[in-house]
Amino acid sequence: MEKRVTFRGWMLPLLLIAPQVAISVVFFFYPAGQAIWQSLFIPDPFGLSMKFVGLGNFEFLLSDRFYRASFVTTAVFSVLVTLCSMIPALFLAVMADRLIKGSGVYRTLLIWPYAVAPAIAGVLWLFMFNTRVGVVSWYLGQLGYDWNHVLNGGEAMGLVVVASAWGRISYNFLFFFAALQAVPRSVIEAAAIDGARFWRRFWTIVLPLLSPTTFFLLVVNIVYAFFETFGVIHTITAGGPQQTTTILVYKVFSDGFVGQDLGSSAAQSVILLIVVGLLTVIQFKFIEKRVHY
Amino acid sequence: MAREVHGMVEKRGAGLWLTHVFMILGVLVIFFPIWLAFVASTVTQADIIRPPMPVWPGDQLWTNYKNALFSGINVPVGTMLLNSLIMAVGIAAGKIVISLLSAFAIVYFKFPGRTVFFWLIFLTLMLPVEVRIVPTYEVVAGFGMLNSYSGLIFPLIASATATFLFRQFFLTIPDELAEAARVDGARPMRFFWDIVVPMSRTNIAALFVILFIYGWNQYLWPLLITTDPEMNTIVMGIKQMFPSGDDFAHWPTIMATSILAMIPPVIVVVSMQRLFIRGLVDSEK
Repeated sequence: MEKRVTFRGWMLPLLLIAPQVAISVVFFFYPAGQAIWQSLFIPDPFGLSMKFVGLGNFEFLLSDRFYRASFVTTAVFSVLVTLCSMIPALFLAVMADRLIKGSGVYRTLLIWPYAVAPAIAGVLWLFMFNTRVGVVSWYLGQLGYDWNHVLNGGEAMGLVVVASAWGRISYNFLFFFAALQAVPRSVIEAAAIDGARFWRRFWTIVLPLLSPTTFFLLVVNIVYAFFETFGVIHTITAGGPQQTTTILVYKVFSDGFVGQDLGSSAAQSVILLIVVGLLTVIQFKFIEKRVHY
Repeated sequence: MAREVHGMVEKRGAGLWLTHVFMILGVLVIFFPIWLAFVASTVTQADIIRPPMPVWPGDQLWTNYKNALFSGINVPVGTMLLNSLIMAVGIAAGKIVISLLSAFAIVYFKFPGRTVFFWLIFLTLMLPVEVRIVPTYEVVAGFGMLNSYSGLIFPLIASATATFLFRQFFLTIPDELAEAARVDGARPMRFFWDIVVPMSRTNIAALFVILFIYGWNQYLWPLLITTDPEMNTIVMGIKQMFPSGDDFAHWPTIMATSILAMIPPVIVVVSMQRLFIRGLVDSEK
């Protein structure tokens, strides 16, 4: 789409666009280029010079047991976060949609966790499940279950998943609720007259009508789980135990800043860049569709 | 007719009560972690390290919050709150200003390289800061911007979302307005200030809400570039309050800090609910 009416001149528009272009170049394109460039080198053992290794860093990464494990961890983590945040949100949205009055009050209460930073969510859940003082882990202990996410990888994963999904329930709820409110009442009422009960109407009419929203949320939640959950992992498990919760973004950080392995960290950045690119393309394909919809 | 069917669709009687019960249960489960944090911020350390901790608030609220705000553990939480506020407002205002200007240039002018610039900006949509942390850190360190507000703010305003939103919105402003302005001999910037900016008011406000929360909740970036505790933001500073050894963390102070860290974004979200939902839906479209 274009404007028919435009102003003349080229100095002014260049001046107007300059701040954004400057910031993008300095803090975005240059670092991204650096990441690509650095991914082709390894530093010598003294850190004095860089040695060109071509795609060596990538070959090494892809054959590295820990890196491949991190890929699997990320996949498991993001699928679980997506499911654990979307299913409760859909359930709550369907319930809220059934109410004629009062749904606004519930909505106000339910959007709170969205405002809570992932890192803070991490601290809250860590507190509940802390092995020494946690309330939930204490009650689990009374029931004979010995909770210890510091040693048990499965429990650590469960905890970071729940802590990451928690705030997302609000977000997904808002989108599902808005979509449900947009489902034409007449369609639902017609099905009701035909004798379709609530769950039957839900499965055969409402859920298919929600599919654009559902698909959109799937992509957005996976992107969230990939890139925005760093705070949760860092506060609760720091990637452990034995790297069982080291997702890809965490590994870029721990290899680059803690391990000082710049070449590998840069190569990992480039791989993530490709992953983001793919996810963005999927998202945009979908948005195109929704515009025509 | 419609009225009779209504009863079949929206629940009445027992079904209605059951729906409320489910909603209340949902709200309680979701609120539980926040409630527990609040309780922990009102009791003494001794109450917490002998589990189970109480479920109802104690009488230490004033002591704990005063202690957190004015002494803290590494640095007073008041300082961290101020840093977070400057960072969040800086990011929100910065993004809005540069995006308004560049969207105006892209929509209302035809100039050489317009398409190239457009795609340059578009590409920045794709790469979260998490992915390019090491080189971005080096750039910021090279400028001597570690432990500074500009180091906290600038790298995070390089994003195109806001530019796109404004572009979409500007395209819906009727052409007649620009036409009239041109006939009247108004200069472009005058048109921008008198027409475009006032018309974008709601969009600006909605975007501000979303960006404020985005900025406030940043974690990784402040963690990397603020090594000086005086520059810590509250969201990243909490993790620094945990002892590194085997000692007990001072939970009442930490939990009071957690509550303080969520109050500003929660107030923004809840009080500007309409704008917030609008901003959320718009920025994802």
